[in-house]
Amino acid sequence: MFGKIIGWIDDRIPMTRVWNMHIAQYPAPKNFNFWYFFGSLAMLVLVNQILTGIWLTMNFVPSSEGAFASVEYIMRDVEYGWLLRYLHSTGASAFFIVVYMHMFRGMIYGSYQKPRELLWLFGMFIFLALMAEAFMGYLLPWGQMSFWGAQVIISLFGAIPVIGDDLTLWIRGDYVISGATLNRFFALHVIALPLVIVILVFLHIVALHEVGSNNPDGVEIKRKKGSVAEEDKPKFKFHEYYTDKKDIVDAIPFHPYYTVKDIVGVVGFLILFCWVVFFMPAMNGFFLEGPNFEAANPLKTPEHIFPVWYFTPFYAILRAIPDKLIGVAAMGASIVVLALLPWLDRGTVKSVRYRCGFHKWNIAGFVVTFVLLGWVGATPQTDMKTIISQICTVTYFMFFVLLFVYSKNEKTKPLPERLTK
Amino acid sequence: MMKKLIIGLFALSINVLPAMAAGPSVPLMEAGNDLTDQPSLQRGAKLFMNYCLGCHQMEYQRYERTFRDIGIPKEVGLEQLIFDGSKVGSHITNAITKDDAAKWFGAAPPDLTLIARVKSPDYIYTYLKSFYKDESRPFGVNNIVFPSVGMPHVLQELQGLPTPITEEVEEHGHTVTKVIRTETDGTGEMSVDEYDQAARDLTNFLEYVGEPSRLESEALGIKVIGFLIILFILAFMLKKEYWRDVH
Repeated sequence: MFGKIIGWIDDRIPMTRVWNMHIAQYPAPKNFNFWYFFGSLAMLVLVNQILTGIWLTMNFVPSSEGAFASVEYIMRDVEYGWLLRYLHSTGASAFFIVVYMHMFRGMIYGSYQKPRELLWLFGMFIFLALMAEAFMGYLLPWGQMSFWGAQVIISLFGAIPVIGDDLTLWIRGDYVISGATLNRFFALHVIALPLVIVILVFLHIVALHEVGSNNPDGVEIKRKKGSVAEEDKPKFKFHEYYTDKKDIVDAIPFHPYYTVKDIVGVVGFLILFCWVVFFMPAMNGFFLEGPNFEAANPLKTPEHIFPVWYFTPFYAILRAIPDKLIGVAAMGASIVVLALLPWLDRGTVKSVRYRCGFHKWNIAGFVVTFVLLGWVGATPQTDMKTIISQICTVTYFMFFVLLFVYSKNEKTKPLPERLTK
Repeated sequence: MMKKLIIGLFALSINVLPAMAAGPSVPLMEAGNDLTDQPSLQRGAKLFMNYCLGCHQMEYQRYERTFRDIGIPKEVGLEQLIFDGSKVGSHITNAITKDDAAKWFGAAPPDLTLIARVKSPDYIYTYLKSFYKDESRPFGVNNIVFPSVGMPHVLQELQGLPTPITEEVEEHGHTVTKVIRTETDGTGEMSVDEYDQAARDLTNFLEYVGEPSRLESEALGIKVIGFLIILFILAFMLKKEYWRDVH
């Protein structure tokens, strides 16, 4: 009976084929480590944001008169409204944590290199859409930091020559941030950008499954047809789509092996996530900023204006440069340069494990730079911090310059023939 | 054991995060309030309704919810804590319009629903204890943590009018006279300890109103995390079992 139903469906839509091709008989390298949890975690957080977002929308009032009060209504009068709101606000920060980890994984194992350039680019577009999504979402509670943060960021577009002023007017829909801005940001936040993100995530996964996952060794599991001896082939059944064109080594089917493994990652993540949600949703002012508990007041500028932590590294680059236009350009460049990684890195060895020692130091330096920039961008400016942010801006871009230079004739270690443990 | 370990590790990682808020230049006193102390919350509510609500509102918080959460029977609350005949389901507001308030005081007194989240409980506690006599100000008082404060010392009948204790300090190469603490003048109804407790009670109440779901959240959080830890162990065992074929 059950088989008959499946057969009936399969005659009409390729359910079993897609399940096998992309899940049950999808070959994944067997040596994924800790860093490979963050892709599935990003999907989990995306689902969390969409679901909690839908329920928040049911009680949120997108108007400058009603927004702030409606958030407090959700926090006080809606059943479990506080939980929905904290899941959503903590989810926003968690999204960036897992995405930054996911991107870092790609950097250390060279997952952006040929043939995964397009996969990396889709990822960068997701990152951009996510930043826009988070920025617009942050205006919605209509607190002081929502208002003034948006004021500062949107005014950046005014630095663009010729069209700058008209552009900011077009974005805001008014001469200042106002109810008109709130309304359009609401529309973009709840429908336009989520749709873009979901489509990009779909394309990201399609691209991933076409080229196959990279792994911590950076050694391809798909080999030339006929080059692998029969006894070296895995004992698992993989879909003909993959085995017809290539011989596959050291792979396991995604399901059940990585589904059960990702469940461990998901539950581990949820323990930390729920700890924040239930016990410290404001995270010392990092996830929910104190001034944002005060309703937006266009006549009262807060003492300090900071974006939320996930934007602060880029914000610090902006502030490091005295000239506004050059600052904006540098901030834009700091993101664009990431997207160009597949072409800036001219090496052929992917994983940091087999690359030159200098590469390890370069990546370590980049991490330190990124954290320092984040810290400087999140705290009040002092002369000392301005100097730190200027040095870090240089070292940020130096990472890419150096990579471009040494990757051409890099002295690498010999690659293993097969995946290591 | 595992739970303790995870909580400990996590707490450790939080503590190393630098506090982001630009703190006030004056060190704050520790409020030491306790959200589970219902008598304290009730005394704080009484102080708020009697001394603060005349000018400040809690426009997002309702009487009924407040009474329920801090253990005041509805009838008692209606009789003793609602002075303007509001219904028990109403928000905690007064009759002053924002325009009038701005006209009378120069600026509308801020809404206090979320003040403990905008500032911090320690800030409120310190603020309540930092009024001092200053004849140069319109209301005859000033405040150490809020210089040129725009409100009178409404708890003066309880605390008395504290006298400022000053100290010469070096600041940017200049010697300036700064008020560093206050001393009671003994005219208040309360002793120093009693007033400290009153300030603590009011702080406690304001922290509760800032986030009425806090205790419910923590009670639920323990259960959720307990469940997740058990699920983690099961998921881990399941993974081990499946992965035997791989290794």
